Amino acid sequence: MQETYLVELKNITKRFPGVTANDKVNFNVRKGEIHVLLGENGSGKSTLMSILSGLYRPDEGEIIVRGIKMVFRSPRNAISAGIGMVHQHFKLIDSFSVAENVILGDDRTAPVLNIKDVENNLAQLSARYGLDINPSSMVWQLSVGEKQRVEIVKMLYRGSQVLILDEPTAVLTPQEADKLFRNLREMAGTGRGIVVITHKLNEVMEIADRVTVLRRGKAVATLERGQFNRTDLAWLMVGQDVVLQNKKKSPPGQRKVLELKGVGCLNDLGRNCLQDVSFTVHQGEIFGIAGVAGNGQRELAEVIAGLRRATEGSIIVNGTDITGFSPRRVIDHGVALVPEDRLGTGLIPNMGAVDNLVLKDYRRREMSRGPFLNRRKAYEKVKQLVNRFEIKLSSLDAPVKLMSGGNLQRLLLAREITSNPKLLIAVYPVRGLDIKATEAVHNLLLEQRERGMAILLISEDLEEIFKLSDRIGVLCGGRITGIIPSEMTDIEEIGLLMMGGTGEMVL
Amino acid sequence: MNQEILVAILATAVTAGTPILYAALGEILAERAGVLNLGVEGMMLAGAVSGFIFATKTSSPWTGLLIAMLAGGLLAAIHAFLTVTLKANQVVSGLALTMFGTGLSGYIGKSYVGMPLPVPFHKVSVPVLSDIPFIGPVLFNHDPMVYLSYILVPVLWFFIFRTRSGLHLRAVGENPAAADSMGINVFLTRYIYVIIGGMLAGMGGAYLSLHYVPSWMENITAGRGWIAVALVIFATWNPVNALWGSYFFGGIDALGFRLQTMNVTISPHFLKMLPYLFTVVVLVLVTKRNMLNRIGSPRALGLPYDREER
Ligand SMILES: Nc1ncnc2c1ncn2[C@@H]1O[C@H](COP(=O)(O)OP(=O)(O)O)[C@@H](O)[C@H]1O
Ligand SMILES: [Mg+2]
Repeated sequence: MQETYLVELKNITKRFPGVTANDKVNFNVRKGEIHVLLGENGSGKSTLMSILSGLYRPDEGEIIVRGIKMVFRSPRNAISAGIGMVHQHFKLIDSFSVAENVILGDDRTAPVLNIKDVENNLAQLSARYGLDINPSSMVWQLSVGEKQRVEIVKMLYRGSQVLILDEPTAVLTPQEADKLFRNLREMAGTGRGIVVITHKLNEVMEIADRVTVLRRGKAVATLERGQFNRTDLAWLMVGQDVVLQNKKKSPPGQRKVLELKGVGCLNDLGRNCLQDVSFTVHQGEIFGIAGVAGNGQRELAEVIAGLRRATEGSIIVNGTDITGFSPRRVIDHGVALVPEDRLGTGLIPNMGAVDNLVLKDYRRREMSRGPFLNRRKAYEKVKQLVNRFEIKLSSLDAPVKLMSGGNLQRLLLAREITSNPKLLIAVYPVRGLDIKATEAVHNLLLEQRERGMAILLISEDLEEIFKLSDRIGVLCGGRITGIIPSEMTDIEEIGLLMMGGTGEMVL
Repeated sequence: MNQEILVAILATAVTAGTPILYAALGEILAERAGVLNLGVEGMMLAGAVSGFIFATKTSSPWTGLLIAMLAGGLLAAIHAFLTVTLKANQVVSGLALTMFGTGLSGYIGKSYVGMPLPVPFHKVSVPVLSDIPFIGPVLFNHDPMVYLSYILVPVLWFFIFRTRSGLHLRAVGENPAAADSMGINVFLTRYIYVIIGGMLAGMGGAYLSLHYVPSWMENITAGRGWIAVALVIFATWNPVNALWGSYFFGGIDALGFRLQTMNVTISPHFLKMLPYLFTVVVLVLVTKRNMLNRIGSPRALGLPYDREER
């Protein structure tokens, strides 16, 4: 007899303009298992699970819940069928309380709200699964880890039997991730089916009862625990051998390029965000800033680039105090920024590559003819860059928003690197890129380091930090909780510093 | 100034504020759902003219009111279709609606201009309450539509902030993607509240032609729809604040009127300008205050929702 799964996806195909995100994918979930969906960035994991949770409608294929074929018109249908998803970008309403978020869309809620009752129920529910949350807090006050717990409780409250988590550890410290995995194991123990999306091999090894590997939208294998090892999985995921070479590094120089002395600033809400931040970055050094996203990373980059006002302390670049300088003067002093959101702050989505590249160069003599741009020159320069940095684009004038993440990042790096900065600030430089593009970006950064550039690397991916950095500074709650040379520390220690430097928070 | 004049001014403030109040309440609902509707002026005019025509034909202001609601709701439905279903720009669609409503009402109402309304809404003093000194004549010596608004304000407040449907309404305006992922029908919700908003705007218009004036003339609203739109910000999307705000603007209107009758030598044009001038001033002050207290508009205000868009 055929096995009945909690849910089963059969021959799912989903096309977006220009890409087939899922191509005849089969996937199923058993009672009580943790099933990992593994694949590189862009391989279609989120799309597949968004189909299972009713957010997207498949172009072809069937969804079968406990043996019965279903059509999900909206997440509502999926939720009533017992399927709940915690999206990578949380779907919470900041101005609502935890309890208000949880009861959204639930028909069992009384027409006239009785929040106290709900809060009591929630307190019980979250205690039962060891997910500690305060039902009456406002969501905007929560840390990322807490928000994630709220998302999980939301789905448990709606009675989800299949719980899907999209890259849940991306926003957690290693210790928080361990705790989450223990929680998930407990939930699986109650007969639920858990799906964890990831692109990290160690997570598969740690928690998977089964793993399904997606590559370019196709499911290339489904394996039981015991049938897989790291090397096989890496091969299945990328489809070719991955050589992660670590380039021989020359030691960093002695000259200080960037020096922060007791810098503080406010966040967008006008609250203290950075406090007493001090560190130095030397010539030919990559200084990595580790920390859970939202602990002041973006603000740190902005304060140095002159995009945010420092409320205290001073920022010194190459011996000049640049505190309070306008972004333009900061640029003139040799600081380049590769910001967090490539398409928002970094590049102008609807403009072509040429226009985007001259954005910073237009003031230079050779780019202009009197008050006008010298477009021929601009085209020549861009062509050179495109060749040198191996950027793939359909045309020099096509809007850059159509480019893939890896090419966008190369374009942005090309622009910043060729401006010959003394200091390059790279914020989450490989976020959302696949392995090949990641390697390309990393090699670019290492090359610049060899040439003597000082690089401030801000990342939430500890592996990346360890791979590239000479020294690591840990940012927690807007303070630097430690600065350690990378060969003298390990992920565990950095993880502890990320939580404020004490071991007490580890349960 | 003696008390009699003060009572008269305050009572006029209430009647002058009532059409703005209806329109603002409607706009609060639409904006709470995340849809900016700049067609308020147009919807009010449509309500005013259709209400007047039907009230004339049937000799019943209540029928007129009902038709005015239908007319406002119908125009709003067009806005909902354009902005929610077709995801058109809300500002452009709203402006178009105002122009459409203005033109259409002028055309339809041509032969009714200046005609007196046979049976307008009459004043009915509320027994007992109207006998309270000062408060009675200010608040309880009005027409039924004023009383209706007294009920509507707390009801809407309770609905928005204390009921499940109100929570869903706010969720859709704050973060439609989150609302959608929890199984709330974002499109339906937006349609419903945009249309109800239009009905309330229609009522606001009808109040002008069925009681305040009471007659039809072209562009009878004279910018009140725009004041209502501004008032929504002033009221921080809260019906109770909208009540105070409307009466405040009504009061300025009434004051200007009074000053004219009291032979104060200020140009009547200047006095007529006052409410609009105050709108600008108040908007500047309030926006600053809201920024400081972090009272924002609904987060998703003005943004179309597309489930499959990144
Ligand atoms: N809403 C969308 N609109 C257009 N293209 C999309 C959308 N979502 C995903 N894609 C594309 O589909 C492919 C798979 O994306 P996704 O499922 O997010 O991958 P993963 O979660 O594995 O990183 C990518 O090429 C991505 O660019
Ligand atoms: Mg994804």
